[in-house]
Amino acid sequence: MSAPAALQVTRADVCCVAAAEAWRGDGEIFASPMGVIPTIGARLARATFEPDLLLSDGEATFVTGTWAVGTPPVGAAEAGIAYRTVFDIAWAGKRHVMMGPVQIDRYGNANISAIGDFFRPTRQLLGVRGAPGNTVNHPTSYWLPRHTRRSFVAAVDVVCGVGYDRAAAAGPSARRFLELRRVVTNLAVLDFATPDHRMRLASVHPGVTVEEVVENTGFELVVEGEVPETPVPVEEKLRLIRVLDPHGARFREVPA
Amino acid sequence: MQVADKRMTAEQVVAELRSGMTIGIGGWGSRRKPMALVRAILRSDLRDLTVVSYGGPDVGLLCAAGKLKRLVYGFVSLDSIPLEPHFQAARQAGTLEVSEWDEGMLQWGLYAAGLRLPFLPTRAGLGSDVMRVNPDLRTVASPYPDGEEVLAVPALHLDAALVHLNRADAAGNAQFLGPDLYFDDLYCMAAERAYVSCERIVSTEELASAGLPTQRVPRWMVHGVVKAPNGAHFTSCAPDYERDEGFQREYVAAAKDPDLWAAFVADYLGGDEEYYQKAVARRPVEVAE
Repeated sequence: MSAPAALQVTRADVCCVAAAEAWRGDGEIFASPMGVIPTIGARLARATFEPDLLLSDGEATFVTGTWAVGTPPVGAAEAGIAYRTVFDIAWAGKRHVMMGPVQIDRYGNANISAIGDFFRPTRQLLGVRGAPGNTVNHPTSYWLPRHTRRSFVAAVDVVCGVGYDRAAAAGPSARRFLELRRVVTNLAVLDFATPDHRMRLASVHPGVTVEEVVENTGFELVVEGEVPETPVPVEEKLRLIRVLDPHGARFREVPA
Repeated sequence: MQVADKRMTAEQVVAELRSGMTIGIGGWGSRRKPMALVRAILRSDLRDLTVVSYGGPDVGLLCAAGKLKRLVYGFVSLDSIPLEPHFQAARQAGTLEVSEWDEGMLQWGLYAAGLRLPFLPTRAGLGSDVMRVNPDLRTVASPYPDGEEVLAVPALHLDAALVHLNRADAAGNAQFLGPDLYFDDLYCMAAERAYVSCERIVSTEELASAGLPTQRVPRWMVHGVVKAPNGAHFTSCAPDYERDEGFQREYVAAAKDPDLWAAFVADYLGGDEEYYQKAVARRPVEVAE
């Protein structure tokens, strides 16, 4: 018998693992992903290196186990998480959300509300939702499946998720619990690990050049020395990603 | 003496409302919205309303009918379809006055009103454009030696609250049987007058059979009870029924075209609630995709 053929690694798989890594070290907190790849990432994190994470069914229940996106959970319900208790857990700081903004700037200010002038938007989106409260209360990461100059902008139209500069200007109560962990895109992983918390290029996905990321970013990125490559998923994680997403929903966000 | 019987019709509820009032609408997104009461407002001559809502198609329909002057919200969404087309159109036309808040602030404002407090403090909103686009919002310095200065969410006083629950008795004790109460009790507490529509009006004994934790809207919060079977349609009202996704798709498709919308209004909103429910029942059953 021959050895099983190695699974082919896609860009979407790299993104799933990069998203999962956002929750590394978080322990017993509510991992709250928005979008397909962040959802795969959170479940992957719990199934591999963060077993104590809490995950919800997207409705009002914390559930155990590992289950595929787009299907009902298979594990036991372990507690309720009705909407008002989402604010409890968020304001208590026991949560790490990964949101999907349409615009983000160099200090991590993020927009999910509207494009253009707030009072007469060219395109109304969801509204600020819980982004202001999330960002000033607990760790926040972001997922942008299309890294372009339209999404990585010099200034966002509506500051929903609060960035480091705006929090600092608003005072210690806004800054106290602000922690923007990482930004994952179809091209790269970025973070704010710089002295003044400007966005830094942390790694480029395999097959992507630093120049390509810089070219698609509408502000000056911090690029320090040799930028590493985003880790390629190991076989175990590749198999898990296929269990978590058997029908390839992730490719709607990042085409193969 | 008997406990007061609070049963009334949707038309009687609307007759107690006035143009210019501030009305809170319960539920969340496209979930357990008091749609029969909203449809009764659509049929009325009420206008210039201020609505407070975790917004869904309630907001969209009221926008489309020109009933709103101002909206207080954190988001407006149809859940399975992220963006609400009529709300989008109203925002993009600049015809709606808005207070767009962090959604946790909305809960806090309702709770403050219910507890007769001027405000409740929170971090949510600090540093964001919520402070820029709502210049009336203020911060408050902690009176204790911690150096904190936080956002004072003003009380959201409501003239009326409209919520839809699964069951209620004639006295106004109401019950949710689904996964989430949302903020319906806070809406009722924040309001001068709270009106509960429900799938079925049952005896107090039958309410208790599902367990006290489900009876979260007690009669001291409630002024009127309306029997409205399928009254949350097309939003979800679990476990009585799920969201009517096919109807919601039809609603969204119609909202994007003036002619289709005129036909939608004639087909579904051209008469009373019975007319609506009959038109819904006549729709062809969708074959699963």
